[in-house]
Amino acid sequence: MGYLKEIGAYFMMIKGVFIKPTKTSVLRNLILKEIDDLIIGSLGIVCFISFFVGGVVAIQTALNMDNPILPKSLIGFASRQSIILEFAPTFISIIMAGKVGSFITSSIGTMRVTEQIDALEVMGINSLNYLVFPKIIAMLFYPFVIAIAMFLGILGGYAAAVFGGFATGDQFIQGLQEDFVPFQLVYAFIKTFIFALLLATIPSYFGYYMKGGALEVGKASTTSFVWTSVFIILSNYLVTQLLLS
Amino acid sequence: MIEVKELKKGFGGDELVLKGISTTFEKGKTNLIIGQSGSGKTVFLKCLLGLFRPTEGKIVYDGEAYSELSSEKQRTLREQMGMVFQGSALFDSMTVEENIMFPLKMFTKQRKAERRERANEVIKRVNLINANNKLPSEISGGMQKRVAIARAIVNNPKYLFCDEPNSGLDPRTATLIDNLVQEITHEYDITTIINTHDMNSVMEIGEKIVFLQKGRLAWEGSKETIFRTDNEDVTNFVYSSDLFKKVREAVIKEHQ
Ligand SMILES: Nc1ncnc2c1ncn2[C@@H]1O[C@H](COP(=O)(O)OP(=O)(O)OP(=O)(O)O)[C@@H](O)[C@H]1O
Ligand SMILES: [Mg+2]
Repeated sequence: MGYLKEIGAYFMMIKGVFIKPTKTSVLRNLILKEIDDLIIGSLGIVCFISFFVGGVVAIQTALNMDNPILPKSLIGFASRQSIILEFAPTFISIIMAGKVGSFITSSIGTMRVTEQIDALEVMGINSLNYLVFPKIIAMLFYPFVIAIAMFLGILGGYAAAVFGGFATGDQFIQGLQEDFVPFQLVYAFIKTFIFALLLATIPSYFGYYMKGGALEVGKASTTSFVWTSVFIILSNYLVTQLLLS
Repeated sequence: MIEVKELKKGFGGDELVLKGISTTFEKGKTNLIIGQSGSGKTVFLKCLLGLFRPTEGKIVYDGEAYSELSSEKQRTLREQMGMVFQGSALFDSMTVEENIMFPLKMFTKQRKAERRERANEVIKRVNLINANNKLPSEISGGMQKRVAIARAIVNNPKYLFCDEPNSGLDPRTATLIDNLVQEITHEYDITTIINTHDMNSVMEIGEKIVFLQKGRLAWEGSKETIFRTDNEDVTNFVYSSDLFKKVREAVIKEHQ
């Protein structure tokens, strides 16, 4: 029962975000700030992780292919598949649930416990719209982050394969081009889009409705990370079931 | 003027937090709400602010009952309210000046230069010196209170609410803040309502005092009458320390 109530409250919150909008000029600045915090601020860690994990994926694939009949291009093919289908959209999103998610929960939660949200409400401002809407809009740019993660992941795989002597550059690239199904890319970006919405709204929910003081802000961030990850994994499963099978 | 009629407020539990309060807060006066921790002061204030919807009863602002207004009118009424929160509630990502200009930015069509001019008027009024470009975290608690007051009055509100405006301040600063609020109330003819359990404030600026006990209005009067009341609950609460008991006796003697 408790969970159902929370899910209901979550959807009520989403509704609250879209009514009674804040003044456009103010909203524009808030959106720019969120893009800076949530998107630009995440690029560094995403690039770093993508490149090196991409490399590891290629090395692992190569090491597990000890049968000489298998063509070397398979390394490129397998890296491409795992990076585009799962690693970039899902794995990076889980990391973002930690980075972006706990940032959102703690910043909104701090505003809640220090009564800054009440201050907005007293002024007649729809605090949900003021705080959450800019985050949702900023996260619409999240697919670009994932596109970069895909690109750098594959680049990392290429570098590891070539410099590690597992395949030549040509073989790897040939593998990248094999059996390419454009719909898989569509699938990857559909789920990225869903994850973006979850990443913006679930942590906002945990921050906005938290009670207590500074200690609870920390706890709320952890809870928010757990639940955001759970819903990313669940929706990943559902979308995959619906679109690919 | 704010008239409160049979105000009740509960949160779905068995017991109501506010159990039927009726009183009047006059314009141009500092009205104090006092009472023990948990007596419902903050809930009362949040009802007056429109943050909580009363379970029963009416709140009438200069003849207009909030619950009977259209949402458009309710919003206009809200814009005439200023609030000073217990912990100041300044926006910590904005500078002092931006905090004070914020209500203007949201609700007026003023250009930046005009907003800045108005902000600096109130900054001067609350005696904030050399703090315009500092962040709230970089100034003292007393100064934060001044910023909160400046932000609350920048829009020329008709109603000003303060939740324990001097908690966490030393007695001297607390008195300065109290006096500032009182001066502003008189100067701009605002209906001011202050939650407090600071007895210094009661004696200094209690032009009207409402005493809440377990969600009921147990006594009302002013700083003059609170000395002479024989309501035991009030005297036990107000003169809880020996020092205050002695002060009371001395004052009563003097008046005789
Ligand atoms: N949002 C809420 N939901 C449920 N109960 C609440 C809520 N807000 C306050 N209460 C309850 O109402 C009662 C009165 O609380 P309130 O905060 O008004 O006390 P107070 O007089 O302001 O105390 P203090 O002097 O400590 O600030 C408390 O028992 C509290 O648990
Ligand atoms: Mg209180």
